[in-house]
Amino acid sequence: MAVSESAVIAAEKPSVSILNDQKVRGQIFQVILVIALVWLGWSIVANTAANLRAQGLPFGFDILKDTAGFSINQTLIEYSETSSYGRVYFVGLINTLLIAGVGIIFATLLGFLIGVSRLSSNWVISRVAYVYIEVVRNIPLLLQIFIWYFGVLRLLPQKREAADLGIFGFLNVAGLYLPKPIFEVGSSWIFYAFIIGVALAIGIRKWAVKRQFETGQQFPVFWTAVGLILGLPLLAYLVTGLPIALEYPTAGNFGPRGGLRVFPEFIALLLALSMYTASFIAEIVRAGIMAVSGGQTEAAYSLGLRANPTLRLVVIPQAMRVIIPPLTSQYLNLTKNSSLAVAIAYQDLVSVFAGTALNQTGRAVELILITMLTYLVISLLTASFMNWYNRRMALVER
Amino acid sequence: MANDNQNVAFVRSEMLEESVPPNRTSGVVKWVWDNVLESMTNFQTIPASIISILMIILTFGAAYLAYIFVSFILSFAIINGVWDGVDRTACATLVQGGVQPDNWFGACWAYVDAYLGQFIYGRYPLDERWRVNIVFLLFIGGLVPMLVPSAPYKRENIIFMAIVFPLVALILLTGGNLDFEPRFIGSGKLGYAVEFVIFSLIVAGLAAAWAKGTASEPMPAFKSALIVMGVIGAVFLTVAVPFGLEHVETEVWGGLLMTLVIAITGIAVSLPLGIVLALGRRSEMPVARAACVVFIEFWRGVPLITVLFMSSVMLPLFLPEGVSFDKLLRALIGVALFSSAYMAEVVRGGLQAIPKGQYEGAMAVGLNFWQSMRMIILPQALKLVIPGIVNTFIGLFKDTTLVLIIGLFDFLGMIQSSFTDSTWSSPVQSLTGYMFAAFVYWVFCFSMSRYSIYTERRLHTGH
Repeated sequence: MAVSESAVIAAEKPSVSILNDQKVRGQIFQVILVIALVWLGWSIVANTAANLRAQGLPFGFDILKDTAGFSINQTLIEYSETSSYGRVYFVGLINTLLIAGVGIIFATLLGFLIGVSRLSSNWVISRVAYVYIEVVRNIPLLLQIFIWYFGVLRLLPQKREAADLGIFGFLNVAGLYLPKPIFEVGSSWIFYAFIIGVALAIGIRKWAVKRQFETGQQFPVFWTAVGLILGLPLLAYLVTGLPIALEYPTAGNFGPRGGLRVFPEFIALLLALSMYTASFIAEIVRAGIMAVSGGQTEAAYSLGLRANPTLRLVVIPQAMRVIIPPLTSQYLNLTKNSSLAVAIAYQDLVSVFAGTALNQTGRAVELILITMLTYLVISLLTASFMNWYNRRMALVER
Repeated sequence: MANDNQNVAFVRSEMLEESVPPNRTSGVVKWVWDNVLESMTNFQTIPASIISILMIILTFGAAYLAYIFVSFILSFAIINGVWDGVDRTACATLVQGGVQPDNWFGACWAYVDAYLGQFIYGRYPLDERWRVNIVFLLFIGGLVPMLVPSAPYKRENIIFMAIVFPLVALILLTGGNLDFEPRFIGSGKLGYAVEFVIFSLIVAGLAAAWAKGTASEPMPAFKSALIVMGVIGAVFLTVAVPFGLEHVETEVWGGLLMTLVIAITGIAVSLPLGIVLALGRRSEMPVARAACVVFIEFWRGVPLITVLFMSSVMLPLFLPEGVSFDKLLRALIGVALFSSAYMAEVVRGGLQAIPKGQYEGAMAVGLNFWQSMRMIILPQALKLVIPGIVNTFIGLFKDTTLVLIIGLFDFLGMIQSSFTDSTWSSPVQSLTGYMFAAFVYWVFCFSMSRYSIYTERRLHTGH
């Protein structure tokens, strides 16, 4: 029946123009789009090639092997003026990752503290948190960086003097002088011990969960893990004969010497980035906690859970589901915003590679392409992690 | 039991006055107890004590920080602020060669006052500033009734803001009388006009041919294509006509004017572009979808500063030889493309929030894709995402400060560059300037975010 009916309909179909077919239209449109995109891409490439030729600039990535010839003050990997532009790239990238990593840690701590404070029943705390959020997130980040760098940090003691912070070293306008850890022979054992501790802690947790499912007996996983992760490295430190020493900076006539110098650009950027991002994280945390309905807590209480397990097993896991996706995008924003370093000459990727190196070589196309691709790769990696996480955590709905 | 009364020793014959409730259950004391002290006075168990101690530290820490902040602002900006003066001596201590006592540390509002014109207009010629003022007034006049939900004539208002205002602003700010160079025929504006007419006819012809191909009437399509091209032509004509206004290079634009031009152009371009991209991303055509995804993810994946570097350094290389944009236009292109990617994601959120039944309903009544988008889906989706759009705009507004890195003088850039003037140089100058900038940006952003919250509440139709 069904077959013959559709056959009849097909046979009686009036002969309309195939341009009225949705699919054909779509295909025509896509062909036009492809042609337009190819033409656009081709004309950009052709124009760029012609313009570069007219300016006498070659194109190619062998520029990365040339000697850079300028100095960079903050280098976490070996670098000298005779290093290549490729090396400059890595120095800049590591500086970017450093500020982003440290910034993320500070922003998360501050953001969670303020986000929870915002929900506190204590009026003083919640008001201060509210004012903080509304002030900080409504002022442009670049202005905040300027305020910290040109406004606040310039008020510190001059180069030859320094504020003595006791065991934390010295602070003046040229930076923060921290005690510098010196790693001697055998210090790598501490690192291995740490890794072993983490691995053991994970193993014990798995075993404890399994045992609880089978026998109902609980095991103090948290304190065991703390003991393992902190205790094993400490044990290794003692056993290998205290191989890590601290080199303290000393106050000299021309300002503090020695120690680990943290540049003022880094401090200003770190303060601005983490405080700015913390104000957004605080709102995310607040929204996440508020998204868990009160019924969840009540249901947990009626099952006989006390306040602490309710928070740990019911509220926080559900809040984290809401918090983590926007939190990741804030981390990404922080990483991208760290490129504002160029305004105060903190030597990050954009500043040394798309800035100094570009000005020296004039090879705009290659250097900016590499810089953009770097950030793009970081973003896409984070995004794919996010998608994986969302799939894992998505509520199974029927 | 009639004698019961006699056993009662005392029976009150009149009611007592109501007594005042205990201190701790009403008034200020109760409020302070409930809202401040209660959270930090539970010492019954060890965990509760730890929390209470933490709360004590946090409360006093927060109160102390608030006190430091407020007292600094008060003493720096108001108590020690200097409001009158003609040069740096007003805002420097005796040691620094000024008139203020030692240890004086206050804001130099006199300097802000002296520079206010530059902060607003940049280096826009003094005699032509009235043009900027008219643009500002038109903008406010068009914006306010658009934002007030109960104001009438929304449609006309939107047309004014979308077409008339940009045109008038462009002519007033640049002076109009723009040059148009034809590609093939003759030279000058006349040649361009001829070319444009021919091009319009070709477009209209194509439209008619398409209509013919789809077996509908060719004439209406031909006419409506001509009308669209006519409107575009009229726009070109308006900006090409010499009105006798002096030409003002974008080089001298600056200050708040520059900030607003970049932010508003960015949002005006990114909204339609974002809608198209969002529709493309949800389209069933694989090529269109892939193109939109790549476009959106690319711009969202890179920092704005690299986009600005790209548009200021690389964009000139992309263009054919001889074609050049001025610096502002290049930055505008970068900002617009960047923010349209973000806008696309906001709009996509709105499109996803529309129930499937709305799409199916639109199809069921026989609307085609663009009709159903224009009449059913987009009005609902855009209304839903007004807060998101406002938030994108706030982000864009804050991000305009980045253009100072590529050498444009926006509001912050103008303040930054005024620090080099020795007439007002003093230790408090930069802090005063930054404080003023922070205040202005904060007022703009905060009021926008309040508006966004207000709309969210107004549109909230849940329970």
